[in-house]
Amino acid sequence: MAFQEAGMFTVHQTVGSVLCCKCGILMQPNAANMCAKCLRSEVDITEGLQKHVTIIHCPECDTYLQPPRTWIKAQLESKELLTFCVKRLKNLNKVRLVHAEFIWTEPHSKRIKVRLRVQKEVLNGAILEQAYIVEYVVQDQMCDSCTRVQANPDQWVAAVQLRQHVSHRRSFFYLEQLILKHDAAARCIRIRQMDQGIDFFFGNRSHAVKFVDFLGKVVPVRSRSDKQLVSHDPKSNNYNYKYTFSVEICPICREDLICLPPKVAVSLGNLGPLVICTKISNSIALIDPFTLRQCFLDADQYWRSSFKSLLSSRQLVEYIVLDVEPISSEVMVGGSRYVLADAQVARVSDFGKNDTMFSVRTHLGHLLNPGDYALGYDLYGANNNDIELDKYRGFVLPEVVLIKKSYEEKRQKKRGKPRSWKLKTLNMEVDQTAAKGKDHEEKMNSEYEQFLRDLEENPELRFNISLYRNKEYEPSMASVTDGEDVPGVALDELLADLDLSDEGDEEEDEGESMRE
Amino acid sequence: MATRLQFENSCEVGVFSKLTNAYCLVAIGGSENFYSTFESELADVIPVVKTSISGTRIIGRLCAGNKNGLLLPHNTTDQELQHLRNSLPDSVVVQRIEERLSALGNCIACNDHVALTHTDLDRETEEMIADVLGVEVFRQTIAGNILVGSYCAFSNRGGLVHPHTSIEDLDELSTLLQVPLVAGTVNRGSEVIAAGLTVNDWTAFCGSDTTATELSVIDNVFKLREAQPSAIVDEMRKSLIDSYV
Repeated sequence: MAFQEAGMFTVHQTVGSVLCCKCGILMQPNAANMCAKCLRSEVDITEGLQKHVTIIHCPECDTYLQPPRTWIKAQLESKELLTFCVKRLKNLNKVRLVHAEFIWTEPHSKRIKVRLRVQKEVLNGAILEQAYIVEYVVQDQMCDSCTRVQANPDQWVAAVQLRQHVSHRRSFFYLEQLILKHDAAARCIRIRQMDQGIDFFFGNRSHAVKFVDFLGKVVPVRSRSDKQLVSHDPKSNNYNYKYTFSVEICPICREDLICLPPKVAVSLGNLGPLVICTKISNSIALIDPFTLRQCFLDADQYWRSSFKSLLSSRQLVEYIVLDVEPISSEVMVGGSRYVLADAQVARVSDFGKNDTMFSVRTHLGHLLNPGDYALGYDLYGANNNDIELDKYRGFVLPEVVLIKKSYEEKRQKKRGKPRSWKLKTLNMEVDQTAAKGKDHEEKMNSEYEQFLRDLEENPELRFNISLYRNKEYEPSMASVTDGEDVPGVALDELLADLDLSDEGDEEEDEGESMRE
Repeated sequence: MATRLQFENSCEVGVFSKLTNAYCLVAIGGSENFYSTFESELADVIPVVKTSISGTRIIGRLCAGNKNGLLLPHNTTDQELQHLRNSLPDSVVVQRIEERLSALGNCIACNDHVALTHTDLDRETEEMIADVLGVEVFRQTIAGNILVGSYCAFSNRGGLVHPHTSIEDLDELSTLLQVPLVAGTVNRGSEVIAAGLTVNDWTAFCGSDTTATELSVIDNVFKLREAQPSAIVDEMRKSLIDSYV
């Protein structure tokens, strides 16, 4: 080529032919000067390569053992299995692998056959290619984790005890959805519903640690860990522990009325002291309903002073709004809109009985109209014995603190109708030992219903969780009403549930029946 | 018909022997078998001489010769030179030459009329070759190899060359040599032709690895079947068969 580029004359070279030195067939000369057939009969490049290999397979979880102790999940005839099979062959580095494929075998035969095509240099530089079949004998042997599960499925190493010391389970309903969305409890062996909390059991300490980390990212928690020595072998320095993580969620919930301790109030720039909790994530969002000032407390800050709420959402009282007078324009505070307003309200329970009316300042000026119903805390009628509140001398409590607009009237019409969406549920065991009755079940159901309503009313709450389309729901035309409608969930927010097998359905059914 | 033999378990018989139309040189080996094979084949026709060259046994690669003469490298000892002069017929000129490339057998391939040489040989050596061996000298390569003495073997009747030689090269070489040439192998696919094969006008010796196919190629191209000792018989057989038919 170089000569041609330099413009030199070169004689054209025609490749001649010689006789194969073994069989005498006419062929092009090659490095061994032997035809491919003779070369193949002369040398077997697959000599010394493994043709029978035993591989270990766990029939429970369908994994294959990659020595020394890695288990690889692979389907029959899959790319992963082929890679695994080829990797198991010794001496394959002496030849060049050009192709590998499965030969179909009956799965029950416990044999996997792979056809390999290899190349190798033989006899002064001639490269020979040859195909051969490797037979893998599949031996069944359970992997460590499956053995453990088979021996005793409840064998746990680490437990996470999640607790919140409040009178309702709302936080846990929300947390359940967050866990489902992030699949945080995938490694969980068992989940158990306890009084004021949930216990999560794990087969491995690191899984529990990871789960606790996850909890710390979604709610303000305080946790401590303990371990108990189960057994030990001092000769080989083996110690088996059972780990317990006690995780406490802060008792402040959304819509709670809080009286801040003087120190906290001062450190937050004389906020409050009466504030409403608007949002709980890994920090607590507080708003002063009379000035619209907002601040955030993270878990650290909270647990330093760990105050409790003055009144919580179960003590909400329904009011009817008689008059609203906005006194500020619309203000964006922490991503939501508020309007400061003066309102005249009366308790629904008093309505028509007496003329008790309250003039209050509220942050809900943008929502409330005369004639609307609203939920609020009745400080006028409440009998508070809060230590923090007593510390403020000369502090005049407002008579009412409105928290949210009530859609109870509108909802009456929809009662009994299914929702267009549903939630998934964790497969939780209910603790049977605690004294439970019909009361408890009813309470749980009403709390769950309340949680679902909260979801409907609060797009912010829905933001972090997955709603699924309810297949049984048939939209009826009659539900169209005039005027302002009850806030609902738009269809485009819903996810279609992916049904791969009946198993998933069963699980869901179980979960639902457990709740009912 | 070519004879297959071994020199002390080595099939490279061309390395340990030199066969021409007027004499045969054989290396001094531990075993007498190698010498005896040559002896039995050639004894009544030409002298078979046991010798070493510059103290080594690889005489076939170190010397070059034909029926007219024998060229020896500069490191040949005086005794060896004297021994060869005494043993070879008077018509053969034995000459030691001062050439830097001392493996003359690898650098020169010749029959009684033409010689192909390594491209880098001295002018004086070239003249010496022409004078002593009485041949026309051509500087050539074979299939890109400059060691022409190693990669080809030819007599006055035919020649075998490196298997990778292109058809154009084959044509050119056979025009120069005026004998038919064939690309082929010896010793089961070995391309070092002259190492595995030593040949003259009526007989050939090749390594014992040589297959039947290679042997038949050698027989055909060097026309050994109609070669001298048996030529008469062949002629006779032809006439016999003629009459029989």
